[in-house]
Amino acid sequence: MIRVEDPGPQTTVQDLGRSGQLRYGIPPSGPVDVRAFVIANRLAGNPDGAAGLECTLMGPRFTVEAACAIAVTGAEAPVTVNGSPAESWATLSLAPGDTVRIGAARAGVRIYVAFAGGLDVPPVLGSRATYLRGRLGGLHGRALRRDDVLPLLRGPSPAPRRAAPGERPTLESEPEIRVVLGPQADRFTADGIAAFLRGPYEMLPQSDRMGARLSGPRIAHAQGHDIISDGIALGAIQVPGDGQPIVLLVDRQSTGGYTKIATVGSFDIGRIGQVKPGQRMRFRAVDLAEAHRLRRAWQALLAAAAGGPVTALPAA
Amino acid sequence: MALCVELGDEISAEVNTRVRALEFLIQAKGFPGVVETVPTFRSLLVYYDPGQVAFEALCAGLGELAEQATTATLPPARLVELPCCYDAELGPDLVAAAERLGLTTDELVRLHAGAEYVVYFVGFTPGLPYMAGVPERIRLPRLPTPRVKVPAGSVGLGGAQYCIYSVESPGGYWLLGRTPVRLYDPEAVEPTLLRPGDRVRMRPIDRAEYDAIAAGVAARTYTPVIA
Repeated sequence: MIRVEDPGPQTTVQDLGRSGQLRYGIPPSGPVDVRAFVIANRLAGNPDGAAGLECTLMGPRFTVEAACAIAVTGAEAPVTVNGSPAESWATLSLAPGDTVRIGAARAGVRIYVAFAGGLDVPPVLGSRATYLRGRLGGLHGRALRRDDVLPLLRGPSPAPRRAAPGERPTLESEPEIRVVLGPQADRFTADGIAAFLRGPYEMLPQSDRMGARLSGPRIAHAQGHDIISDGIALGAIQVPGDGQPIVLLVDRQSTGGYTKIATVGSFDIGRIGQVKPGQRMRFRAVDLAEAHRLRRAWQALLAAAAGGPVTALPAA
Repeated sequence: MALCVELGDEISAEVNTRVRALEFLIQAKGFPGVVETVPTFRSLLVYYDPGQVAFEALCAGLGELAEQATTATLPPARLVELPCCYDAELGPDLVAAAERLGLTTDELVRLHAGAEYVVYFVGFTPGLPYMAGVPERIRLPRLPTPRVKVPAGSVGLGGAQYCIYSVESPGGYWLLGRTPVRLYDPEAVEPTLLRPGDRVRMRPIDRAEYDAIAAGVAARTYTPVIA
């Protein structure tokens, strides 16, 4: 059991998300940076889909009631156990009563904390992930608050491990995010598409798990910015009338009526999710074959990361 | 990864029926590699796992199914009856809408509640149905200025579209009334009530019945009528 002493600005319970609910308007949720989340679980000796915490810009302070292993990954933030500096991207073995504090992110946005066994909140529609706007899943459908108590499932005592240096993603100052143009790229002028690919775009502070709102060169439409509503894929980039792109993420609306210029590859969703408000980024177009190749490469890296999966994922 | 199958570029019963039929065929045949589908007015978004199905094979397979997606393939739709209190408090645009249409409020309610609607798709917010079947006589352009907050359950008209707000959200539809039934309840075993393809009828109720049903909904003793 863990007791939350300070939740941080927005800390939610997440697992790998729920599927099959978008046709009812319920998004998958789950971690924005899947890779960091999965590695945290492996370091804590968990299956990849065990429920842990996603923290935003700053981590929580919490105390564990019993001995337990945890791991902190994702954005670069200072971690202390009972006031002494502790490692990120490594297994931390905690004793009963230990207090962990995760500070403000120096680079990146989303910090992940995995607990051996995983957090035990009731699954909703097959997942423990929190969908904040829908007040669904997680702990009462909301972000953590001070004095919340989270039970843990019985877990292993993993042999302490450290992620290899190559497995820790570099948080670049101006990342290049790879996109496939479409499905409505034909609704923009050639200059509009050129402006989009030239960038750079700055991450706006109102970005959240629903969408990354960006500000930069105006993307001009050729013929209106509305379409008959259709489905919104993960990473779809909507451009409303103001010509500023919005990248839709894990808590996105299922459908929408704005033109979509391109889609961010699933392999780069985690990278865009680590771009801080005020930080800049650019887009680069790749074709579909290249996107598939990049996805396979991303999956191969993840398959081997932190010693590979601890146990097979439960059938979803 | 996702692929969008477009079956037309219009809002019509024919195109939407083909969209839902295509989704039904994918579910019925258990198309390998398809993870999840999202129907809309005129397209089906198909999420797939490229590790299980190659993009080209998926396109070819979906193309074949799209050919077979006719009205005959869909199973019979459910009929959902939703109680609705049409009054000036719960439907703040009822009087203005009737005036604009040159009808009395009673005539507007009779026309609105007399029609049968079809859920073309559910989306945008959890459980929000986009419905067709609005009688010609009561069609209105959307409000010039959308409201910042529309309460959940509000029954709204905009053009040929009809929707019921499933959660409190901004909105630009004319609000005629409100249903006490929850279209989205995150604490229910099945959080969303309506499904794509459902037929929907409104049953006019007075304020006393609205309050009684709302109390039943809150106590989880009320079940909507679904045939």
